[in-house]
Amino acid sequence: MSVPLEPVVMLPALLEFPFREGYVRSIIYVSLYVSGTAVILSTLFSIPVAIVMGFADFPGKQVVKAIINTGMGFPSVVVGLIVLFVVSNQGPLGALELIFTKEAMIMSQFVLATPPITAISLAAVSGVGDNVRDAARALGGTRLDVALVVIKEARYGIATAVLAGFGRAISEVGSVLIVGGNITSASGISKTRTLTTAIQLEARQGQYNTALVLGVVLVALVLAVNAVVVRFGDEGAMNR
Amino acid sequence: MSKQRFPTEDQNESRSDTTVSRRSLLAAGAAAGIAGLAGCSGALGSGQSGQDGQDQAGVAGETLTLTTTTSTYDTGLLDAIHPSFEEMYGVTVDAVAQGTGAALESARNGDSDVVMVHARGLEDEFLRNGYGVNRRDLMFNDFVIVGPESDPAGIQGMSSATETLTTIAEAQAPFVSRGDNSGTHTKELNLWEAAGTEPGGDWYQETGTGMGEALNVANQQGAYTLSDRGTFISQRSEIDLTILVQGPIEGGPESLSNPYGIMAVNPGVHENANYDLSMAYIGWITSPAAQDAIADYQMNGEQLFFPRAVSEDPDFQQYVPEGWSGDSDDE
Repeated sequence: MSVPLEPVVMLPALLEFPFREGYVRSIIYVSLYVSGTAVILSTLFSIPVAIVMGFADFPGKQVVKAIINTGMGFPSVVVGLIVLFVVSNQGPLGALELIFTKEAMIMSQFVLATPPITAISLAAVSGVGDNVRDAARALGGTRLDVALVVIKEARYGIATAVLAGFGRAISEVGSVLIVGGNITSASGISKTRTLTTAIQLEARQGQYNTALVLGVVLVALVLAVNAVVVRFGDEGAMNR
Repeated sequence: MSKQRFPTEDQNESRSDTTVSRRSLLAAGAAAGIAGLAGCSGALGSGQSGQDGQDQAGVAGETLTLTTTTSTYDTGLLDAIHPSFEEMYGVTVDAVAQGTGAALESARNGDSDVVMVHARGLEDEFLRNGYGVNRRDLMFNDFVIVGPESDPAGIQGMSSATETLTTIAEAQAPFVSRGDNSGTHTKELNLWEAAGTEPGGDWYQETGTGMGEALNVANQQGAYTLSDRGTFISQRSEIDLTILVQGPIEGGPESLSNPYGIMAVNPGVHENANYDLSMAYIGWITSPAAQDAIADYQMNGEQLFFPRAVSEDPDFQQYVPEGWSGDSDDE
């Protein structure tokens, strides 16, 4: 993610926080909950796929790769529309009544986050030298052992993949607006409003200053998550 | 949607939601995966338990999904009046601000229970196609034609909206259109049609955005635009545009009136529509108390919406598509 950073310029705006009690906290929570869940699910799905693809040769592998790479550039609005058709009352999952819920938002962000996580993890896994794999096998490791060794070796790349997926999920506005509906309760507690849709709402009303304040919060949040993940990686390195 | 049709089960679910939201943000990531799965299976459960919960009387704990236009939401009106309805019935109202065209489309797909919009032509089509029932006139305000103080086309104080548009078109003065199938956009297109002018050319720009953004675009380009009075008032302090042609509230032409209607989604078409709660909502919002609350709602010291539902006189046309007559062989 490349986001312009001008925290110094924004500080005065932050001092006069123009929102109701609990509002910003609740939209931060919804943003983290939706994007965090989507990224966790994406990661659980992507890493096995990346490892299988990195280890095995099978017919159509290049096609799968091409699909994943295309998915990285898939417009979030289109994903939102597709998920809308699926969860809408008239769609295949209509009976579950997922439209305008966090679960629908998680579905669309899962679709958005999975391609970058898979592609970058695949690159990281492929980058692990054959000698490491061979050594693990030679020491009598099962396939699972070998996979775990590879994950350990590739953990920085995988962390980058997770961060890229998280960045894509938390910064996208198109799909969560369509399937989530940008809902808060009348008392201003978010139900399906995220930081991005809140920014969109402020901009729609021409309130560019408050929109910028929320933008700063979003950037700070992404920075914080990056810092935490990098820190985990470093601790892992020290414990090695 | 009748997401909360089964109070016992779903109250538990919403309670656990609140608990989660009170947890610290650090815990959120860890809890997220599990809670997400729980949420999915909860929804699955309520979808499958079908008719079992019907014997539980009342609407308490249910959620009403209201799709509406950006002007009712962005002015803060709904947030101001909804708490009294939510307390009265012990329910939650999910207001989704989409613009009139999208709000009706969501309802058409069965994704909302009740719609509050402001484009009579589109509402009538919705009624005629069987998607909406029990329409009521709700409230009104008006549209105003705003532009830069320099007023390059010289429209200030004109008494006809169509003449104003024709004058702007002849002067080829910049005009910003919402271009988003909203109620305001629909009104604008109707006015062009009535004026017998086909807008087009460099001077006519469709922004495809909400009213607030459209006003900002017009402000930056020194352009004219059609705005609902409420949104203009709420933004007036930040822009240099001024009202050049008033709507009927300030003595302007009747063609600039902006009536809002409310309709329930037809449970005969979408059986999952929460019809009971929709009708409770329509009953409440057209009641004297809620209508007073609408009248009392102010922004920057000005009243934004004028209640219209409570009247001594019968007004049968509010229940049916405009021009419909019981004597005619309509459809």
